[in-house]
Amino acid sequence: MACEQWRGRLDAYVDGELREAEDSALGAHLRGCSACSSDILERVQLKRSVKAAGKRYAASAELRGRIAKSMGGRPRRESGWFWKILALPALSLLILSIAVNIYTGRESVRRERVYSELADLHVAALASATPVDVVSTDRHTVKPWFQGKIPFSFNLPELQGTEFTLLGGRVTYFAQTPGAHLIYQLRKHDISVFIFQDRGEATASPSSAPVHAVSFNLENWTQNGLRYFVVGDVGAEDIQALSKLLRDAG
Amino acid sequence: MKVPEQRAGAASFEELAMPLFDQLYNFARWLTQDTAEAEDLVQETFTKALRGFSSFQDGTNFRAWMYRILRNSFLSSRTGLKTMIPLDAEDDESLLPAENTTPESVLIERADRETVQQALTDLPVRFREILLLCEVEEMSYQDIAETLAIPVGTVMSRLFRARKALRNLLRQAASGGKHGV
Repeated sequence: MACEQWRGRLDAYVDGELREAEDSALGAHLRGCSACSSDILERVQLKRSVKAAGKRYAASAELRGRIAKSMGGRPRRESGWFWKILALPALSLLILSIAVNIYTGRESVRRERVYSELADLHVAALASATPVDVVSTDRHTVKPWFQGKIPFSFNLPELQGTEFTLLGGRVTYFAQTPGAHLIYQLRKHDISVFIFQDRGEATASPSSAPVHAVSFNLENWTQNGLRYFVVGDVGAEDIQALSKLLRDAG
Repeated sequence: MKVPEQRAGAASFEELAMPLFDQLYNFARWLTQDTAEAEDLVQETFTKALRGFSSFQDGTNFRAWMYRILRNSFLSSRTGLKTMIPLDAEDDESLLPAENTTPESVLIERADRETVQQALTDLPVRFREILLLCEVEEMSYQDIAETLAIPVGTVMSRLFRARKALRNLLRQAASGGKHGV
């Protein structure tokens, strides 16, 4: 029966929530059905009564004034304040991250420059007719040779039982600083070890992890006020192994 | 009420919110049944809304958003916690006396404004609020759903129960209850 079909929809009809097709279909039904019409009438009356009765309370002018003041009195300042409070940590975070980016950017540029210069020194020495000025496999010969030539002294590792051979050394300059350039050999590969005074600037490199730069492997660290760089075209493990020997000796 | 495009800053919040002030107060007063509490509730609503305005999504319903803030503030208030029946009671038909056969239109025609107001006051808050949102605020089912954070289907069924409960109260009043005319 048609009325049954619509019974559940009467509320939605008076609330204006029926879809257009349903709405007009129910409208058509209502024109011919007095029972549903009076039902609808009652619902509309109830809606009207509730609407009239529900509009009951008026706020005091004082409350309105207070709220308007809190919104409008200093709205921009208040919201600005709020935003500043919110924005402050965000802003400092942003500045920090930019600074870190610039720093790490510069740092990586500088590091790369350091690495490539050391690689150049390494290559230049190997290309030279006299790669080393003191030719000796004996660390006890090489080390004293540097005395008076560089403003520091260092210890060299005992290579007995390792695959490394010391070829000798030369004085080198890096960033206007004199340093020791030692050349080791491993399975016909030459490895340069540079030792400088750690001045925390030109020779500094924040990363002590092995890096692969300009087709050479390189490791660097600071120890007892000296900065060591190990550069060579051997594998990173070999560079690390030599580094470990030097560290243990230093 | 859709939000205009330009809405950055407090001025545009004020433009949107202040026109709702009277109806929000009316709603708050109906919920709390107390003038001082209603004032506090409205104040709290505007403060929270202003603070949260930046998180308000463009294109969503500002009015429903304001009512939701007000209602949530009410629910977390002491009065709200006391008066709000847990939603488990949603289908508790025992709240609702059985319908009788008295023609409703006669009852409602005879019920004056005060009687209806008293009946609304006597309704459980969850019935009272949905009737106010639907009839007084003339919100769509969708807006009511957003305000009360319930599905549209629940809006329809709760509205149905609320009206049924209201009719019963009006009937009681008409049949010689203390609120009768």
